[in-house]
Amino acid sequence: MIHSSLTQLGAALRAKKISSVELTQGYLDRIAELNPKLNAFITVNPEKSLAQAREADTRFASGKVGALTGIPIAQKDIFCAKGWLTTCGSKMLHNFVSPYDAHVISQFNNAGAINLGKTNMDEFAMGSSNETSHYGPVKNPWDTARVPGGSSGGTAAAVAARLCAAATGTDTGGSIRQPAALCGISGLKPTYGVVSRYGMIAFASSLDQAGPMGRNAEDLALMMNVMAGFDERDSTSLQREKEDYTRDLNKSLTGLRIGLPREFFAEGMGADVAKAVEAAIAEYKKLGAVIVDISLPNSKLSVPVYYVLAPAEASSNLSRFDGVRYGYRAPEYSDLADMYEKSRAQGFGAEVKRRIMIGTYVLSHGYYDAYYLQAQKIRRLIAQDFTEAYKQCDVIMGPTSPSTAFKLGEKGDDPVQMYLSDIYTIAVNLAGLPGMSIPCGFGANDMPVGLQIIGNYFDEARMLNVAHQFQLATDWHSRAPKL
Amino acid sequence: MSLSLADVEKVARLARLAMNDEELKAAQSQLNNIFGLIAEMQAVDTKGIEPMSHAQDVAQRLREDIVTETNQREAFQAVAPQVEQGLYLVPQVIE
Repeated sequence: MIHSSLTQLGAALRAKKISSVELTQGYLDRIAELNPKLNAFITVNPEKSLAQAREADTRFASGKVGALTGIPIAQKDIFCAKGWLTTCGSKMLHNFVSPYDAHVISQFNNAGAINLGKTNMDEFAMGSSNETSHYGPVKNPWDTARVPGGSSGGTAAAVAARLCAAATGTDTGGSIRQPAALCGISGLKPTYGVVSRYGMIAFASSLDQAGPMGRNAEDLALMMNVMAGFDERDSTSLQREKEDYTRDLNKSLTGLRIGLPREFFAEGMGADVAKAVEAAIAEYKKLGAVIVDISLPNSKLSVPVYYVLAPAEASSNLSRFDGVRYGYRAPEYSDLADMYEKSRAQGFGAEVKRRIMIGTYVLSHGYYDAYYLQAQKIRRLIAQDFTEAYKQCDVIMGPTSPSTAFKLGEKGDDPVQMYLSDIYTIAVNLAGLPGMSIPCGFGANDMPVGLQIIGNYFDEARMLNVAHQFQLATDWHSRAPKL
Repeated sequence: MSLSLADVEKVARLARLAMNDEELKAAQSQLNNIFGLIAEMQAVDTKGIEPMSHAQDVAQRLREDIVTETNQREAFQAVAPQVEQGLYLVPQVIE
């Protein structure tokens, strides 16, 4: 059962071969057994999860069920869930029991899915290795001496280790795709504005987007059907017709034009990653796709641009954590300013403080034009490169990450090295495009390699089709780590 | 360009982050490394390019100016560090 897809689990539940309570208990037992080794979850609450499962089982009895009814799905700890501890991986929110549900959480609740628990993550989603979490690093289930990627590393590890059927993530600069690649699972970051960010703790608001992470593209499509849609409570939520993301899964890929950006297949990509990605491209040719050589000349600037814009937005978003209305307050202080400064100094970890300081500096008087405005201008150049490229191709492919999972602690002392691990994913967020990662083989030390698929705006259904057809022809996505 | 210790101290104060001398020094060297990475941006000619603040070119939605939220003071204050009679408590500001 633990290796089943969402489609298979849904069918088993509807045929009453298993109850939601049995399924949920099965996963809870597996979490109890394996989480001490992986640290993928910050919070599990069997009582709450099982209460939802019992409710789902009554829905089966009455016949009012959807594709995800009764299925346990874990939630990244960035989503506020009513009555659940919601920490965002930070000491700052160590005691924050959310008084309300994020839009994504209520969508899953309404669909009858079970909240299986809250997954570990880099603090405030700032990190690429899950080592910045206040609740300790997550271990990669393929090799527990290695990182799972980040920031949605707990989700990626939990899905890979079969601790849940699927889970949610968020992606500001690669936080769904990079951990999906490093843990050998599938993940989709939708077009900016497709999934409501209401109740999703903000990092960089012009880039943040929530998305599904799971075993295969078909599962992601089912989750997108639940997660996507207009929500008036998010001012950036887009008013669009409701879509069925499964509608194109079975289309043929004959004639599909795949753009390969020269800049991605150059210096910087590990030889093992290149080998797996090129083998995947060869597989796509067999499936009838044609390859187009494209160029994204400004994509090399995406890391510097991102490390101006994201910290700038973060420094503003994180100013709400002041020890007054919620979260951590320092035990001792002399006056109000001292209380702010000590609460923030003690409540935030090192990486979060670094980014707040970068952001504060680039927004400060005298530096705004040189940094923030210049970064916004280059952001447009980066986005225009994609617009040009999509005149010649339908999807863009390349590596998700330059290397397979690195060792815990390997990049700990050097923030710049860590930042460069998102070199292939960041441009997609800056442009606001949808991007995904699917497993496409194994590299050095038998660690998984991810293939990145970048689509044009609102082209998620096509990307899921492109991923699904690959997964019908290969079995990388069904490999599971031995634990 | 590089940040002096005084620059870092000023930024920490603006960001309301208490830092001791050792932490300031560590932050100085890390921030300078990061600004080294960011410096690559400065050489790009962006004359005439409109800044892009948002991924979707859409206007801010407006709504009717009516009350839509119900009062949930108790639920929201249940997670506050210190409250009294429905008010958030902070150290005395006015003598």
